[in-house]
Amino acid sequence: MEKPAAPRSFQEIILRLMTYWSSKGCAVLQPYDMEVGAGTFHPATTLRSLGSQPWAAAYVQPSRRPTDGRYGENPNRLQHYYQYQVLIKPSPPDLQALYLGSLEAIGIDLGLHDIRFVEDDWESPTLGAWGLGWEVWCDGMEVSQFTYFQQVGGHDCRPVSGELTYGLERLAMYVLGIDHVMDMPFNDPSSPIPLKYGDIFRQTEEEYSRHNFDGANTEVLLQHFLDAEAECERLLSFPAEDPNSGKRIVMAHPAYDQCIKASHLFNLLDARGVISVTERQAYIGRVRALAKKCADAFVTTTAGGWTPEAQA
Amino acid sequence: MPELLIELFSEEIPARMQAMARETLRKMVTDGLVEAGLTYGHAQAFSTPRRLVLALDGLSTESPTLREERKGPATTAPEAAVQGFLRSTGLTLDQLEKRDDKKGQVYFAVIEKPGRAAPAIVAEVLEKTIRTFPWPKSMRWGNGTLKWVRPLHSILCLLSDDTGASVVDLDVDGIQSGNTTAGHRFMAPDRFAVTGFDDYAAKLKAAKVVLDSAEREAMIWHDATQLAFAQGLDLVEDKGLLTEVAGLVEFPVALMGAIAEDFLHLPPEVLQTSMREHQKFFSVKNPKTGRIEGFVTVANRETADHGATILKGNLKVLSARLSDARFFWEHDLRVVKTEGLEGMGAGLANVTFHNKLGSQAARIARIEALAREIAPLVGAQPDLAAEAARVVKSDLRSAMVGEFPELQGLMGSYYAKAAGLPEAVATACKGHYSPLGPSDAVPSEPVTVAVALADKIDTLTGFWAIDEKPTGSKDPFALRRAALGVIRLVLGNGLRVGLADLARNGTLAALWAHYQVPFMLGYRVYKEDQSSFWMSGYCANPNDEDKYVPVLDKEVFAIKAEHGDLAREVDIDLNLANVQPIASVGQIASDLLSFFHDRLKVFLKDEGIRHDVIDAVLAMPGNDDLTLVVKRAEALSAFLKTEDGPNLILGFKRANNILTQAEAKDGVEYSFGADVKFAEAEEEKTLFAALDAAEAALAPAMQAEDFATAMAEMAKLRAPIDAFFTAVQINAENPIVRRNRLNLLSRIRQICQSVADLTKLEG
Repeated sequence: MEKPAAPRSFQEIILRLMTYWSSKGCAVLQPYDMEVGAGTFHPATTLRSLGSQPWAAAYVQPSRRPTDGRYGENPNRLQHYYQYQVLIKPSPPDLQALYLGSLEAIGIDLGLHDIRFVEDDWESPTLGAWGLGWEVWCDGMEVSQFTYFQQVGGHDCRPVSGELTYGLERLAMYVLGIDHVMDMPFNDPSSPIPLKYGDIFRQTEEEYSRHNFDGANTEVLLQHFLDAEAECERLLSFPAEDPNSGKRIVMAHPAYDQCIKASHLFNLLDARGVISVTERQAYIGRVRALAKKCADAFVTTTAGGWTPEAQA
Repeated sequence: MPELLIELFSEEIPARMQAMARETLRKMVTDGLVEAGLTYGHAQAFSTPRRLVLALDGLSTESPTLREERKGPATTAPEAAVQGFLRSTGLTLDQLEKRDDKKGQVYFAVIEKPGRAAPAIVAEVLEKTIRTFPWPKSMRWGNGTLKWVRPLHSILCLLSDDTGASVVDLDVDGIQSGNTTAGHRFMAPDRFAVTGFDDYAAKLKAAKVVLDSAEREAMIWHDATQLAFAQGLDLVEDKGLLTEVAGLVEFPVALMGAIAEDFLHLPPEVLQTSMREHQKFFSVKNPKTGRIEGFVTVANRETADHGATILKGNLKVLSARLSDARFFWEHDLRVVKTEGLEGMGAGLANVTFHNKLGSQAARIARIEALAREIAPLVGAQPDLAAEAARVVKSDLRSAMVGEFPELQGLMGSYYAKAAGLPEAVATACKGHYSPLGPSDAVPSEPVTVAVALADKIDTLTGFWAIDEKPTGSKDPFALRRAALGVIRLVLGNGLRVGLADLARNGTLAALWAHYQVPFMLGYRVYKEDQSSFWMSGYCANPNDEDKYVPVLDKEVFAIKAEHGDLAREVDIDLNLANVQPIASVGQIASDLLSFFHDRLKVFLKDEGIRHDVIDAVLAMPGNDDLTLVVKRAEALSAFLKTEDGPNLILGFKRANNILTQAEAKDGVEYSFGADVKFAEAEEEKTLFAALDAAEAALAPAMQAEDFATAMAEMAKLRAPIDAFFTAVQINAENPIVRRNRLNLLSRIRQICQSVADLTKLEG
C-alpha cells in the first residue's frame, strides 16, 4: 500500500483524522458549544459512555486549561487548544490497530518511528470516572491517550468504551516538524492567504492568559459556581413526566451543561490561585457530585439504555 | 515426559507489574498442578510488554489414582448414622464393605478417585489462574466480563513430547486456546504456530522478540554503556529505570544523543529527573566536566535509518521538556532574586497544611519557634536556625518543585544560594527532610539538625493535638517515620534534648493553631446514641492543668465550627455530665513521649538491645533524653553479657525481694541508717566496706554519665553480696540487727538502681 503524502497544515491533519475515523464508521460530530477542560467532557463521551447503547463518535473539541496559559510564549503550552476525541462502545478488539492506522493516515511512517504504549491510568476526579490504558508515545513524545473506560459518573461502564484522545497541536507540530506552536501553518502554506497558528491564536492566548491569571473576577466566578451547582440540582429535581408534552423527559443534558460550567469555573478559580489545597478537594468533590447525579439521570433516559420495560 | 508451554498474549502490560505477574503465573499454575496431583521438573516464567509466559518440563501425564478407605459406623448402628456416612462418602449401602472390628462388624467405604489426564488438569488450572489472577489493577473491555490487566487477546497452551504437540483446549470468555502467537508488534506482526518451548523461543527471536527480561536488561545496559564509552562518557547507573525500560520494549535498541548546550547550566538533578521521569532516558555524564551532557533512550525497534528519525524525535521532546525546566529554573531564580527565598514562599499562607492545623505558613511559624528553642541544644545559632526554618519550605512554591515534587529541598538549597543566604541555610533546605528512611543518612550540620527536629516534632505534636495518631497499619501522615527521624537525629548526633519540653511546647502551638484559644484540652463528648466525638474546651485554671474546669460555651462551639458537621449536629446545651475530658496538654505531650519510647524500642531492638533492658532504662528519670536512655541501655546491655552481670542481678533481686517483703510486712520503709557497728559477721562488714567503696566510685561516674564504669563498680559488689547472703541470716532475732541488715539491703538496692531499674529485667 502506498504511504500517504505528508500533510502540510494543522487543518489537514484534522481533516485526515476526520476522514479516517469516518471511514471506520464513526459519526463525525462537531465540538460541544461550551467551555470544557478536555474532550472527555463533551456529552458524546461522558454521557454516551454510559448505558448499553452502542456508540461510535469522533470530534474535535476546543479545550481550555486556564492554568496552562503562557501568554503565547511557550512553544507548546496553551490555555486553549484542540483535542481530537474518538469514543467507540463497545471497544472493538482491534482498537489498537485502528488507532495505529490513524497515525499512518496523518503521515507517521510506522516503519521509521518508535510507537510505545506506556501505562497511564486515566482518572477524572471531577467526573467520578476512571479507566485503564496508556499514553501513546511516538519517539518519546506523548501523542495520544488511550483508555478503556471502567467507570463514569460513578457507574460501571457496561459495555466498556474505548476512548482515544489526541492532543492536536502537539501531534501536528510533531508531524509537521514545527518547534513553536505559533509558527505552525494552520491552513495550507501555499494558500492565497496563508495563516499560521499564531496569526489566529497568539493574541487570544495573551488576552486569556491575563484574564485567567489576573483579570477574572473571583467573586463573580464563585457566585457563578454556586449558581451552576444549584441550577444543576434544580433541573434534576423535576419529575420525569413533562406536563407540557405529556412525555417522559429527564433533563440530563441541560443539567450536565451546568455541571460542565461548574467545572470550568472551578478551573478558572484555580488559575486565579484562590483555592487552597484542601478547598480544592472539596470543590472537585462538589463537581463530581453533580457529574454523578447527571450520570444517574442519563441512565434513566432512552439514550442511556432506559426502557419502559426495564423500569417495569 | 511432556513439557507445557503457556503464553497469555495481551495488549501492553504496565512495566512495573511484569516481574510480579510472571512470578504469580508460575506460582499459581505450578501450585494448581501439584495440588491436582501432577509433578513437574523445572518451571521458567518470562514476560514482555505483551506476554506472560510459562514453560514447564518433566510434567507427569496424569495424576495418580487415589484410594481412600474410611471407617464408618457399626453395622448395628442406627439408620441415621448409616445414612449420614453414605451422604458423606457419596456411596450407596451396597457399595460399602463390612469388616470385622474389635467391637463387631463395621462398615468401610473404599473410595477410589481415578487419576486424571494432564490436559484436563492443565485446562482447569489455567482457566482458574486467568480468572483469579491478582493484578494490582484490572479491567474489562468490549462486551466481556473477564478481567485482565489490559485486553487479553490469545491463550497459547501446548503440551508436547517426543511424539508431537497438542493444544490443551480451554475457552475463557470466548478466547479459545491455540498454538499460535504473534511476533513484534511492528517488525514481525504475523501470527505463527509453535510446537514447543524451544520452537517458540527460536521463532520469537526470529520475530524480533527478546523473551527474557533479564536478557533485555543486559542488552540495554551493554549497548548503552558501549555507546557512552565510545565517546569517552559514563552512563549513570539507574537499576530501577533499567528494569522499567526493559518492560517497555520487546526488542531494545539503545540510541544516544547529546543535551543541547543551552540546558547544560541547569542543575544536574533537574536534568536527570526530567529525563528519567518524563522520557525514561538514562543520563550520560562527561567525566571531564562532571556534568550530565547526554542521554540514552531505548527504542522498541530497528529502523531502516538506524534510529535517526527516532533520535531526532526524542531530541525534540527533550528540548521541549528541558525548555520547560529552564523556564521554571529561570522563573524561580528571578523570584528569588527580587523577593528573596522567603518571598518565594509568601504564597504558603494560602496553602492549607491540614484543615485542623492551619496553613503552611502557620506551620512554618511553629517550626521556626521550635527551631529557635532547639538551636542552643544542638549548637546552632538561634537566629540562623530561625532564618533557615522560615525558608526551608519556600521551594514548595517554586515552579520547579511544582513540576518535580521529588526535587523539594534540593531546589530550596539552590535557590537559597542564589538568594545569597548563608551556606548553613542552604544546607538546611536540602537536609531538613532527612532522615527519610531507616537507611537515609542523618544530617549533622547544627542548623539543619535544629530545623529537621523542629519540622518533625511540629508534625508529631500537630497530629497528636488533633487526635490523628497512627493506628495499626494506618499511618497516613507518616508519623512513625517522623518519630524515627527524631530518634535518629538525636542519637546520630549525640544530642542532649529534653523531648518532654519540646513535645509540650509543640503541642501548645499546635492546639493554638487549631483552636485559637489558650490552654486547651480535649474532650470526648458522648451523644445520646452513645456515639462520641473529639472536641476541645479550654481550662479555666492554666496553672493547674490537672484540675482544669471544662468550659463549654458558645464561643468554643463557634470555634469548633470548622469541624463541619459538629456545629450542626451538636446541641449547644450539652449536658456536662456527658462530657469527659480525655486529654490535656500534658497528657498529649506525655502520650507522644510514650510513642517516642515505643519507636525507640523498635529501633534499639534492631540494634540488638533486649526489650526488658530498654524498659529498665526507660523507668529512670530523664527518659525524655534519648541519648541518655541509650547510654544507659548500652551499658546495661554490655554488663548483662559479662559473667558478673547476671549474677549481680540475681543478688540484687534477692536483696530487693527480701526488702520489699519486709517493708510490706512491717509497713515501714528501710532506707536509711545501716551502720557497720551493728555488723556481726565478717561478710557483713566486708559488704559495708564494698558498698562504701562502690558509692564513692559511683558518684563521679554517674556525674560523668559514665555508665560503663558505674556498672563495673557495681560488678565488684557481686562477690561481697553473694558471700553476705551465704553467711548471714537477714531476719535475725535481734531486731536491731535485723533492721540494720534490711537497711543494708536498701543500700544495695539504691546503688544497683542507679543506672537502670533492674527490677524490670526478666529472668
